Amino acid sequence: MRYVDELRDPRLIRAVAAEIARLVDPDRHYRIMEVCGGHTHAIYRHGLTELLPPNIELIHGPGCPVCVLPMGRIDDGLALAEQPDVIFTAFGDMMRVPGRRGTPLEYRARGADIRMVYSPLDALKLAQAHPDKHVVFFAIGFETTAPATALTLMKAKALGIRNFSVFCNHVLIVPAIRAILDSPDMRLDGFIGPGHVSTVIGCRPYLFVARDYGKPLVVSGFEPLDILQSILMILRQLAEGRAEVENQYSRVVPWNGNRAALAAMAEVFELRPYFEWRGLGFISQSALKISEAYADWDAERRFDVPGVRVTDPKAAQCGEVLKGVLKPAQCKLFGRECTPEHPIGALMVSNEGACAAYYHYVHRLAAAGRDD
Amino acid sequence: MRETSVQPTFHDAVIELVHGAGGKASRRLIEGLFLPLLANPALIPLEDAAIMSIEGLRLALTTDAFVVKPLRFPGGSIGELAVNGTVNDLAVSGARPLGLLAAFIVEAGLPSEVLRAEAEALAQAARRAGVSVVGGDTKVVEHGKADGLYIVTAGIGLVDPRAELGVHRVRPGDRILISGPIGDHGITVLLARGELDLEADLVSDTRPLTPFVETLLEAASPGLHWMRDPTRGGVATALNELARDARVAITLAEEAIPVRDAVRGACELLGLDPLYIANEGQLLAVVDPAWADTALAALQRVPGGEQAACIGEVQEQPAGVVIVSTQYGGQRVIDMLVGDPLPRIC
Repeated sequence: MRYVDELRDPRLIRAVAAEIARLVDPDRHYRIMEVCGGHTHAIYRHGLTELLPPNIELIHGPGCPVCVLPMGRIDDGLALAEQPDVIFTAFGDMMRVPGRRGTPLEYRARGADIRMVYSPLDALKLAQAHPDKHVVFFAIGFETTAPATALTLMKAKALGIRNFSVFCNHVLIVPAIRAILDSPDMRLDGFIGPGHVSTVIGCRPYLFVARDYGKPLVVSGFEPLDILQSILMILRQLAEGRAEVENQYSRVVPWNGNRAALAAMAEVFELRPYFEWRGLGFISQSALKISEAYADWDAERRFDVPGVRVTDPKAAQCGEVLKGVLKPAQCKLFGRECTPEHPIGALMVSNEGACAAYYHYVHRLAAAGRDD
Repeated sequence: MRETSVQPTFHDAVIELVHGAGGKASRRLIEGLFLPLLANPALIPLEDAAIMSIEGLRLALTTDAFVVKPLRFPGGSIGELAVNGTVNDLAVSGARPLGLLAAFIVEAGLPSEVLRAEAEALAQAARRAGVSVVGGDTKVVEHGKADGLYIVTAGIGLVDPRAELGVHRVRPGDRILISGPIGDHGITVLLARGELDLEADLVSDTRPLTPFVETLLEAASPGLHWMRDPTRGGVATALNELARDARVAITLAEEAIPVRDAVRGACELLGLDPLYIANEGQLLAVVDPAWADTALAALQRVPGGEQAACIGEVQEQPAGVVIVSTQYGGQRVIDMLVGDPLPRIC
């Protein structure tokens, strides 16, 4: 299959792995964070850690929008879903994420009209098809999905569709990276930068990582060869004493980002003063809300959203795992109280969460008595 | 052999959709609620069909309920599935189907044309599989209750005397064979729902597996140890159950698993894994290594089996785990499915 097979070519992959092995300093321990959940998933799915020397440790970052969404926001969304005459729509990613009283799928089984959509535009179409109902779209995601939400709101306004609103939970990647860099127990050597987010925001927003914190960041694609090449680029920077932002994913990511997408976001959204991240706590200016001009389509203004706050159990060490201080299996709850079927912490919720990925792809092997 | 507990271990307060998705939760429901109440020697193996010995004959009995949306999809429909699903549960137990029963649960308001079309599809599939529908039942439920039409079929078959199948025969070293490309049915139905703006030149693989099973029994019955049709939950779930019940490890070679480009492409886009996608016309077989080449050649001779492949082997350790080796030497564990696969967007 084109655009996939080339980037999974075993010959090329072995060659890059050999180059990585040649470049590492055997006396040094490298800690590299892949920011994006898509990378975490790909690393486990393709077994890439086994191709790396043992002194390269990959730390799984906060870039899984489902994982970092506090349970209270899910409860708020589900409260909207229970309003009369509401059709509540969400991406498939959200459907199995538990609030305090169950997942969207379970609410649906109990009678709420919750539908899975593949794009916010599909939710808007539902609103057009059901003028007697109000359709709420549960918007989640980083800058990757925010432009689609923005365009949908612009379309709703242009067409004067009034029975549609968005429950906005879009978050921003840069404040999260900064929060991790500012954390006192941060000990990272470099970053595999987000791929999909960067198609929208480009590479420039990461310059502070190199300039202010002296860490290399390489924006990376999602195929095995992409990820290994990005690791190689980070190692080269470290070996040469450089700290720069580089773009491995240049076949997709423009250095300056996607102007049209950024303009749509600027039209529709404004920054929230602060937003709570599961596992990381409150981070200032880290999320988007719907601007005054689109207030009529803001579910938080149209409905009485309860504003639920749910704190994760103290025993769950999601924050430490997110910051790379602990490996998933080192959390006290991992694999016991907290499993993909009954997630307690954020990172077990989505397949792209570090703990769920680790659980699915590695844990059972380790549990069966083999090293991973 | 499975440990049987007489104590119910299922304590979930409410039955959720996930309990019917064919993965871990389904397993917990069946083993924790039904099995303790109904336990008996024919039920306990929890195979696709129960085997009962009656006056020296081994009879295979099975039943399956069919709920699918949409009712018709490229390459098949619920009526055809209802025959092939039950025929295949008999076939993978080594049985030749003798007769089927079919019960129709119809939603009031369903156009008669739709019901007639499905009855015709059912009749045609039965002819193709060489089995008669010898009885049935019809119920009509209130409008809004049954997604148009549900069909339940039950089947009885005579186990071939050459067939000696079961998890107890699976040994380290055995090879895993598959009759053709995986994931066609699940992806076809997903796309046929029309919610994704994706189109693919793809049809369901629904078909009777009896020709494959007969050919295997003819060519390699002494080496044939276990068979399964990997429907809901896909190849991953079927092999996880095998690994668990036989207390063996299963390793698959990723590049050996046949997957059509259209299925791969859709899975890449949607963040799905073909190993978890449903099939309705594929046979998984575990074969003694000495018989593997013969068995594979036999599968490939059956029309529609040209892409049959050896995809992996049984190992001793780590018991209970299915591992996929990627083509560049990485490994990953393939766990059982937790719920229906949902597309990833964000």
